[in-house]
Amino acid sequence: MTQQNHGNAHKFGMVIDLDKCTGCGSCMVACMSENNVPFKEDESNKKDSITWMRVYKLTNGKSFPDTDVCYLPRPCMHCGGKGDHGHSPCVSVCPATATDYDYGTGIVSQIYTRCFGCRYCMGACPYHARFFNWWDPKWPEGMEEYLSPDVSPRMRGVVEKCSFCFHRYQAAKDKAYLEERDTVAEEEYQTACTQACPSGAITFGDLNNPDHAVHQLVNPDPHHCGRPRNPKAFRLLERLETNPKVYYISEREWVRKAGDNYLDGEWEKAKMKKTKGHE
Amino acid sequence: MLPNCFEWAWDAGHFLFFGGMWYTIIILSLGMTWCIFKTIMDTVSGKGGDHH
Amino acid sequence: MDSALIPKGANRCPFPVFATGIAVVGVVLLWGVYAMGLCWIKGLNQTNMNDYYGFALWIWADLAVIAIGGGAFFTGLLKYVLGIDELKNIINLAVVIGFICYSSALLILAIDIGQPLRGWFIFWHANVHSMLTEVAFCLSLYFSVLTIEFIPLILENRQVDKVPFFHNLSHNMHTAMAVFAATGAFLSCFHQGSLGGVAGVLYGRPFAFREGLLIWPWTFFLFTWSAAAYGPCFTLLVAKMVEGITRKKLIKDNVIHLLAKISGWMITTYIVAKIIDTIYWIAVTAPSLGFSVMDFYTDNAFYGIWILFAEIVLGGIVPAVILITKKYRENSKMLLLAIILGVLGVCLNRWVMVLQVMAVPVMSFDTWALYIPSWQEVATTILPVAYGIILLALAYRYLPMFPQEKELSTEK
Repeated sequence: MTQQNHGNAHKFGMVIDLDKCTGCGSCMVACMSENNVPFKEDESNKKDSITWMRVYKLTNGKSFPDTDVCYLPRPCMHCGGKGDHGHSPCVSVCPATATDYDYGTGIVSQIYTRCFGCRYCMGACPYHARFFNWWDPKWPEGMEEYLSPDVSPRMRGVVEKCSFCFHRYQAAKDKAYLEERDTVAEEEYQTACTQACPSGAITFGDLNNPDHAVHQLVNPDPHHCGRPRNPKAFRLLERLETNPKVYYISEREWVRKAGDNYLDGEWEKAKMKKTKGHE
Repeated sequence: MLPNCFEWAWDAGHFLFFGGMWYTIIILSLGMTWCIFKTIMDTVSGKGGDHH
Repeated sequence: MDSALIPKGANRCPFPVFATGIAVVGVVLLWGVYAMGLCWIKGLNQTNMNDYYGFALWIWADLAVIAIGGGAFFTGLLKYVLGIDELKNIINLAVVIGFICYSSALLILAIDIGQPLRGWFIFWHANVHSMLTEVAFCLSLYFSVLTIEFIPLILENRQVDKVPFFHNLSHNMHTAMAVFAATGAFLSCFHQGSLGGVAGVLYGRPFAFREGLLIWPWTFFLFTWSAAAYGPCFTLLVAKMVEGITRKKLIKDNVIHLLAKISGWMITTYIVAKIIDTIYWIAVTAPSLGFSVMDFYTDNAFYGIWILFAEIVLGGIVPAVILITKKYRENSKMLLLAIILGVLGVCLNRWVMVLQVMAVPVMSFDTWALYIPSWQEVATTILPVAYGIILLALAYRYLPMFPQEKELSTEK
């Protein structure tokens, strides 16, 4: 078999339609059980609990009857970094090469047995998508039987994060190899959160492949590091040039505005420019 | 750290970084070797015995 | 009791008094060792760090001790490489302080990492693009330089010096010291700088991020410069404290004033550069990322604009003015004020570049995160202080640390 990505690198990414998200948390639950994410007896302190996928609640800050709420699921953004060269904020700072950028898939990996727990990557990530194992994982009696054999559980003292369910990609590739196929079909590699979302808010696929839904939804601009050309789509903290592979879509202007930081009056200017550009 | 490490690459970053590191280690170890060697020679030749 | 070990002609307090003092500090040390043991055995859940504060009190302590320990490399550079000979009267003290600071920094790092047994991965699997890798390499190598610089002083102990081999070794190491000191200065420029780079390269954190030259953000150069500028302040402060505790004059005023003057001019040039950097960051860098400067200093219970004022004016301009003005510098109270403000200023700068970076929210819907260290973190941070006091006390008692001591005591 020829090498899978030779000359045709994938760029796996996610599109989340915030207008469809109801904030039910299915994606979080699916993620935790799929990836053997440990939990504590008391999970009330959200600053030291591990949630690879976390749903944030945003409000428009207005009072009744104008108040509006938006739920924003936040997985790891798998940033391409400045210029989309793979120097993600976290990858570029890890001293022991324990987190790496895969140019064949665009996925930012985390090598648990390599990480020695300095936590520099957590400081570098503006999305708080990285988590430290402050404790050894402890499963309630009998629950070890339910752990996924495809994902290694993590020990105390290392950092972990969303992997875009990379083990599913490996399984899909293995299957394709057995069936003597060169490619993995769109539906063969889907993340657990995508499949669990009851309202179909999450779409996953190859951003480089025009046939994939994610590409069609956001129409990424290859000349601008994948910036969405769909005016209703945005990426979190676009201005920092982290170039995430997770896109959000919303019809609501205040939601799109909440995706980044703007000085007074800047948003209006940026909006005008964007509308002009699309005319 | 060494070319047999998995992460090693023959690029400018590795040359400069590890070049600087090995250069420093060599200077320090040569310096200390000289000190110890000269001290042995001095001591054998009877220097520094009754300086007080 | 231990008089045979005490340098000839030096007056030291009776052994029981000394031993009592060491025992008192030793209790604090043991408290710290206990907390350190807890962190190693039970893990970092013993701290109040969390996923927002991956870097916290320890990393600040690390950066702070390295900054104030900068007196060792800078004084070494001035003495051995640039040939300012008067500084031989304070260099031993600077080296001992440097040794204490750097060994403490390495100890703190060993506690701070989640998997201490894998600490060597940073060398073996090094990512040469990471500032932290540069820190680890230069820090360990410079620590070996400091050990090399410390050895001759230990060999000068009255009893050790009687052994011809040690006497000769000490002499030969002194001869080669310029090479070691120059290597130390080279390493220090890089690790002080890369510690600044640790924060400056974080382009996902607009509060910390700075543009720069080639691969080095401006904080790289600011950290090196500030360590060279403020390090001597700490050397002077410790000298003053030792003189206060022993109730003896140990270093002549001309030496103190010379180092104070050099430190003053270094702080002056540093603070000018820091002000330019801050203005550029306020006017260009932060707005280009969607932040106005007050976003970093409002909406929280602790970090107000006062911290910027305290760092630049109280910890920078004020000590700079005092130290470069002959009249103020030679007034002992003003001098003391300036070196205290200087030490606090550089520690505050390191605090801001570690803790405030973690506190500031970046996503528009995120919130400020404040943190209070646990007792285990505090104890392990005090541990190096206790260790430093004990090592310094031993060095003062048994080693000829102050070459001018004898002369000054007979003058009296």
